[in-house]
Amino acid sequence: MSLVGPAQVELEDPLRLGPHVLRSRLIVGSGRYDNYRVMAESLAASGAHCVTVAVRRERQYDEQGENIFDYLDLDRYILLPNTAGCYNAEDAVRSAKLGRHILDALGNPGADWIKLEVLGDPKTLLPDPVGTLEATRRLVAEGFQVLCYTSDDPVVARRLKEAGAVSVMPAGSPIGSGQGLLNPNNLRICLEYLKDDDPDYPVIIDAGVGAASDVAIAMELGADGVLLNTAIAKARDPVNMARAMMHALHAGRLSYLSGRIPKRLYATASSPEVGVIARTCPPR
Amino acid sequence: MQIIYNGEPREVAEEMTIAELLAELDRPARQVAVELNRELISRDQHVHVRLRPGDEVEVVTLAGGG
Repeated sequence: MSLVGPAQVELEDPLRLGPHVLRSRLIVGSGRYDNYRVMAESLAASGAHCVTVAVRRERQYDEQGENIFDYLDLDRYILLPNTAGCYNAEDAVRSAKLGRHILDALGNPGADWIKLEVLGDPKTLLPDPVGTLEATRRLVAEGFQVLCYTSDDPVVARRLKEAGAVSVMPAGSPIGSGQGLLNPNNLRICLEYLKDDDPDYPVIIDAGVGAASDVAIAMELGADGVLLNTAIAKARDPVNMARAMMHALHAGRLSYLSGRIPKRLYATASSPEVGVIARTCPPR
Repeated sequence: MQIIYNGEPREVAEEMTIAELLAELDRPARQVAVELNRELISRDQHVHVRLRPGDEVEVVTLAGGG
C-alpha cells in the first residue's frame, strides 16, 4: 500500500490581459530591493510571468554598481512599464511613450501596454481620478493597452473601463503601506460593476498588500490577479515571501473557484447528530 | 554650447547629434529613450537630429518599480 502524496498546487489557469496571456496571476514589481541579485531571485520565486518596471532618467545603478538589465531576464518576463511618479496626464503620456520606445528596442512583448499611475500627492500616493481618466483616454487613443491603477471607488472604476482600460486595478490600500485590503466591500462593488455582463473583464488588486493573507483575500473576493511589490522587496526574507505570495494566490484562487460556504450565526455540527452515546444535552 | 541634460546644465560640442551624445554617455542605445524639448525622438532619428543651445534633453532608461 502506498500513501498518496499531497496534491500539487499547479493551476493551468492563465490570466488574459488584453493581448497577453500570463502564466501566473501574480504580477510583481522590481522596485525597492536591496540589490538586483535579491530582486532576480525573488522574481523567480514568485512564479510571476509579468514584472513591472519604472521609466527613469539614465544612470540607475544599485550599491554594487550594477544595472537592472543585468538581472532582468527579458526572455522570461513580459515587462509592464509604469508611469509612477507622474502627477498629471501629460507626464504620464510622455512616460508611457518613452517606456514603449525602450521595450520596443529590447524586443519585449510588453511594449504595447502600460500600467497607468497618475498620482494626487506624494504623501498618500493616492490616484488622481480626473488625471487618470484623462490619461486613459489619451493613451487608448495612442494605441496603448492601459492597465489602470485606481482607488477602490466603484464609480471611477466603471468610468475607466468605459474609457477603454483593458484592466482596472483598484488599490487595496495606499501604495507601499502594507495595510492590506481596507475596504473589501468597495472592492466587491468594483468587481460587480466591472464584471456585470462582462465576467471575463480582468480586475487586478494593485497596491497595499502587506502579507500573503492579503493576496488570498483579494483572490477570494474574485479578483483576477494581484499586483504587489513592497511586501516582497522589503520583507526580512524577500525570496521566501515571494514564495508565500505565490502559494497564497493559488490558495485564494482555488478557494474562490471552489465556492465558499455561507457564513452563519450559529454552529452546524460536522459530526453526525444521531448515535451519540450521551443521553442529555443542555437546553439551547 | 550648453544644453539641459536630464534637468542639469551640460556642456556639449556644437551641433552634436543625439547619437553622439549617447555615445559620450556610454549607454547602449537600445536601453534608453530620448526626448528633445518634451518630444520623443525615435531611434532612427538619433543620427540626424542636432542639438542647439538651450535644448532640453531627457535620456531615460528602465529602473526597478512597482
